[in-house]
Amino acid sequence: MRGFWRALRRNRLALAGGVVVVVLAVLALLAPVISPRDPNRLDVKRILDAPSKAHPLGTDQLGRDVLSRMLYGARVSLAVGFVSVGIAAAIGIVLGSLAGYHGGTTDAMVMRLVDLMLVFPRFFLLLAVLAFLRPSIWTIMTVIGLTGWMSVARLVRAEFLSLKEREFVLWSQSIGATAFRIIWRHILPNAIAPVLVAMTLGIPAAILTESGLSFLGLGVQPPHATWGNILNEGKDAIEIGWWLSVYPGLAILVTVLSYNLLGEGIRDALDPRLRQSVGRIVSRRR
Amino acid sequence: MLGYALRRLVLAIPLLIGITLISFSVIHLAPGEPTELGTGDTPIQSDREVRERLRQMYGLDKPLHVQYWNWLARLVQLDFGRSFSPDARPVLQKIGERLPVTLLLNVVEMMIIVALAIPIGVFSATRQYSKFDKITTIFVFVGFATPDFWLALMLMILFGVQLGWLPISGLRSPTWEYLSFWRQQWDFVGHLILPILVATFGGLAGFSRYMRQSMLEVVRQDYIQSARAKGLAESVVIGKHALRNALLPIVTVLGLSLPGLIGGSVIVESIFAIPGMGQLMVQAVFERDYPVIMGNLVIVATLTLGANLIADLTYSLVDPRIRVAARRGRR
Repeated sequence: MRGFWRALRRNRLALAGGVVVVVLAVLALLAPVISPRDPNRLDVKRILDAPSKAHPLGTDQLGRDVLSRMLYGARVSLAVGFVSVGIAAAIGIVLGSLAGYHGGTTDAMVMRLVDLMLVFPRFFLLLAVLAFLRPSIWTIMTVIGLTGWMSVARLVRAEFLSLKEREFVLWSQSIGATAFRIIWRHILPNAIAPVLVAMTLGIPAAILTESGLSFLGLGVQPPHATWGNILNEGKDAIEIGWWLSVYPGLAILVTVLSYNLLGEGIRDALDPRLRQSVGRIVSRRR
Repeated sequence: MLGYALRRLVLAIPLLIGITLISFSVIHLAPGEPTELGTGDTPIQSDREVRERLRQMYGLDKPLHVQYWNWLARLVQLDFGRSFSPDARPVLQKIGERLPVTLLLNVVEMMIIVALAIPIGVFSATRQYSKFDKITTIFVFVGFATPDFWLALMLMILFGVQLGWLPISGLRSPTWEYLSFWRQQWDFVGHLILPILVATFGGLAGFSRYMRQSMLEVVRQDYIQSARAKGLAESVVIGKHALRNALLPIVTVLGLSLPGLIGGSVIVESIFAIPGMGQLMVQAVFERDYPVIMGNLVIVATLTLGANLIADLTYSLVDPRIRVAARRGRR
């Protein structure tokens, strides 16, 4: 563990990414305290005001303060990122460990399901599902999670395939431990490192997906502010209010970049061998 | 080779059935009766009307297996039903108009990505940690993190609004009919530049990374050492011996990244108002045009499956080891 921290500390880019990740989380948590204004307060006298002292990032078509809206938007983005990746990881771990441990028919079925899910372009599947559901932050989290578990399942399966042949597993099998106990207590703790890396890299992917959906107007619905739907509204004022389009996009870029840098840094620090396998298997975006 | 191709084809059949099963279950995903939902801020049609039409179309009062079987029977005859929008045209016809546009976009994107990513990957791998390598690494990270819709907006502001160099919407200018033949072609190309630029950006980052990684692994191999040892020029060692082997995994990656590229066309087409499958899908979702949504989903997934199959076969064609391994049942 000490080696891990030393390796991570030496990676300056990963460290910078980590700092930004922490700062973002703090800003999102403190949004109600530090926001200069109420993110939903309309002000007809200040419609599409350029950035100024009163409104550091300008105002939108309804005179709302963009900085405050972006701070609240950070909460949505991070919440969606964490919860949907949590859902995806839970599904991926269960299916991946069942497939890897039991092999045979179970393995074949799970892997075919993975293949099948990967045949659907993610955005088409998401849109089709969302057409039938009421768009809310919870449905968005759920559907992003449900369409994003495949890489985790593959990773966990691959880890299980090699771990289940190891002696400590054979020994616990020989003393009659149940499959559940062996999977949960013995193999999974040893397979958790690549999953953590995949989750760190999954968060920015989920954030990109959510903001893309919100940008299309099919994600988190107004008046909830998210980076994606600020951009969506900004698109209509593209010729006057450039600040509506520039800042939320920069926020997404910086967030995703930081998580990616941190994720790759953790991966390299945990185990340089993972460099290839995780990078190969974790596919990106939709 | 033929045997291998046949085996892959047979393996694709369960996936094809799976595609129909997932698409079919999407209709039933919604809590309670799928037809009782009133979504969207501006319903195009009344809930009751939609409910009635859906009930007729999918026979939602019948048992599940009967519903699925009837739906599948019509699917096999390529009958996707009629659109719920006022024009009520057959879904297949609507999609047929849009498909060539999306295919054109994706094929051009793919060619540009491959043409640029291979040299970039090779250069940064053979000159690891050089200035070029470092710059491309930064480009890769930024490329991964840039939301495509935001890049599109920025390019629209810069080239469309500020400079006024390029058109930012549609595929043709309003004055298209009055232009000479060559001007028409130029007009068309001009409309494609920004969308393709946006769509290529993220994919290029990913591919050049893969290419670099693949190349780095190959140059460490013994046969590269022996090629050098027998006195071959470095250009031959890299350009011939190493490159050929490094390209192999790229074929697979290319196939696997197809859904991503096609999915990306949803965003690009919506922003640039390009009449392709992606834009059709978004419009259908807003209008709650369920037959079009389902048709789109099935067709896009089937096309992706087909493209993956082609990538698979190409891979085995260029790398005989795959075929041999498959014959021995190791795959």
